[in-house]
Amino acid sequence: MKNKKPLRFVYAAPYAAWLLLFVLAPIAVIVYYSFFDLSGHLTLANYRNFFSSVYFKLTMSSFWYAFLITFFSLLISYPTAYFLTKTRHKQLWLLLIIIPSWINLLLKTYAFIGLMGQYGPINALLETIGIGGQQILFTDFSFVFVSVYIFIPFMILPIFNSLDKINPALLDASKDLGANAWVTFKRVVWPMTIDGVKSGVQVVFIPALSLFMITRLIAGNKVITLGTAIEQQFLVTQNWGMGSTIAVFLIIFMFLIMVLTSGKERGHR
Amino acid sequence: MGKLSSLPKIYLTLVFVILYAPIFYLIYYSFNSGGGMSHFESFTLEHYQAVFQDTRLLIIVMNTVIIALLSALLSTTIGVIGALAIYFMKNKSARQTILSLNNILIVSPDVIIGASFLILFTLIGVKLGFASVLISHIAFSIPIVVIMVLPKLQEMSTSLIDAALDLGATRKDVMTRVILPYIKPGIFAGFFLALTYSLDDFAVTFFVTGNGFSTLSVEIYSMARTGITLTINALSGLIFLITIVLVLGYYIIGNKAKSPQGVRK
Repeated sequence: MKNKKPLRFVYAAPYAAWLLLFVLAPIAVIVYYSFFDLSGHLTLANYRNFFSSVYFKLTMSSFWYAFLITFFSLLISYPTAYFLTKTRHKQLWLLLIIIPSWINLLLKTYAFIGLMGQYGPINALLETIGIGGQQILFTDFSFVFVSVYIFIPFMILPIFNSLDKINPALLDASKDLGANAWVTFKRVVWPMTIDGVKSGVQVVFIPALSLFMITRLIAGNKVITLGTAIEQQFLVTQNWGMGSTIAVFLIIFMFLIMVLTSGKERGHR
Repeated sequence: MGKLSSLPKIYLTLVFVILYAPIFYLIYYSFNSGGGMSHFESFTLEHYQAVFQDTRLLIIVMNTVIIALLSALLSTTIGVIGALAIYFMKNKSARQTILSLNNILIVSPDVIIGASFLILFTLIGVKLGFASVLISHIAFSIPIVVIMVLPKLQEMSTSLIDAALDLGATRKDVMTRVILPYIKPGIFAGFFLALTYSLDDFAVTFFVTGNGFSTLSVEIYSMARTGITLTINALSGLIFLITIVLVLGYYIIGNKAKSPQGVRK
C-alpha cells in the first residue's frame, strides 16, 4: 500500500499539468488582465465601465435571451426524450437525434440563413398560407429559434439518460398504488430525472449567455450577448482589459449557475 | 412498451423533421445549377466538382480532421490517466476539488476559453496557428473524457481488482487486463465525444487561430459572412454522407457484437 503513492503522482503528472495550465492559469490571466486599460496602466476603470448602464443592460438582455433559449429547449427536449425512451429501437433513434449535432454548427447556422431568408422556403410557405412574407432573419425570434435548434440535442441527451435509468417497476408500483399518469410524472418521474434536467440546463444556459456567431449571422448584430461583447473587445477593439472584465463577470455567473444546478448532487454520493 | 400512440409519434416526427430540415435543405441546393438557395434551376454536380478542385478548402478540411483526430487521441490518453488518478484518490475533499476543477472547462463558455487561451498563448509565446489550435482542442476535450470514463471506473467493483491481486496479478496486469478492458466503453465514448467537440468547435478556434491557419468552422463563418456559395452546400452534403456512414456502421457493429449473447430485445 505504501509504495503506491509516489507511483500515483508520476502517472497523474500530465493531468495535473493540464489542470494547472489550462484550468487555473486561464482564470488567473483573465482576472489579471481585467485590471489593465488599453495603454497598460493598472486601473479599475474597466469595472466602473461594466457597471455603467450600457453594460448592465447588455448583461440583463443576455440573461433574458439565455433564459428563453433554455426554457424552450427544455420544453421541446423533455417530451422528446420521454417519447424516445418508449420507442422500440431507442438507441438508434437517440443516435438519429445526435447525428445533426455532428454536422458542423456553422453549416447548420448557414442553412438557416437560407431557410429564413426573404426568398427562403419558410417565407414561401407563409405566402401560400396567406400570412404573407415576413422578415424572419435578423430578428429576436430567429436568434432564439436557431439557438434552441442548436441546443436541443445537448438537452435531450442527459434527460434521456436519466429517464432511461428509471426502473419500470417503479412506474408500475405507482400505478398499482392508484396514481394517475400526471401524479406519477410529478412524484416519480420528474424527481428522478431532475439531475438530468439540471445538467441539461447547465449545458444550455451558460453557452447561451455567450453565443456570438449566431448573433452575428442570424440576429444581424441586433442581439448582443456577453459573448458578443467579449469577442468584440478581444478581436475587434483589441481592448483585452475590458474584454477580460466582462469575462470575469461571465465566469462569476458561470460559478453561480454551477452551484445552483448541482446543489443536490452531494446527497446521493 | 414498444408501441407509441399517435400523438407522441407526430411529435417525434416533427422534432426529427426540424432537426434534419436545415441539413437536407443545404444538400438539396448543393445540386442546384442556379447560384443561390432560393429557387432550384436544374440538377448539377458542378459544386461537388468545385469542392475537389478547391485545394485551399481541401487543406482546411484536412486540417480540421487532423486536429480532431490528434486532439481526441491525446485528450483521451490524458483524460483516462486523469480519471484513474481521481478514482484512486483517497482524500474525499481533494477528489471533489479536482472534480470541480475538471468541470470548469466543460461549463465554461467557449468565448472565455478562447479569450483566456489567447492571452495565455500570447504570454507563453506559442505561435498562433496549428499548435495553438491543437493544444486548445486537447485542453477542452480532456475534462469530457474524464467525465465519460470516471462513472465506468466507479461502477467497477473493487473486488475485481482485489481478486486479480489475490490471484497473483501484478499492478500492470491489473491495469491492462482488468481495469482498462472494463472501462473500454467509457474510453471509446470519451474519444468520440472529444472528436465531435473538436470537429464542431468554432468559438475557441476562432480566438486562437492565426492568419495562416483555418478550420472548417472558421472558414464557413467567414464565407457565410461574405455571401453564399454553393460549394459550402456540396461540402456539407459530403460531410453528412460520411457522418451517416460512420454512425450507422458504428451502430451495426455495436449491435452485432451484442446480439449473440441475446441480452438485447
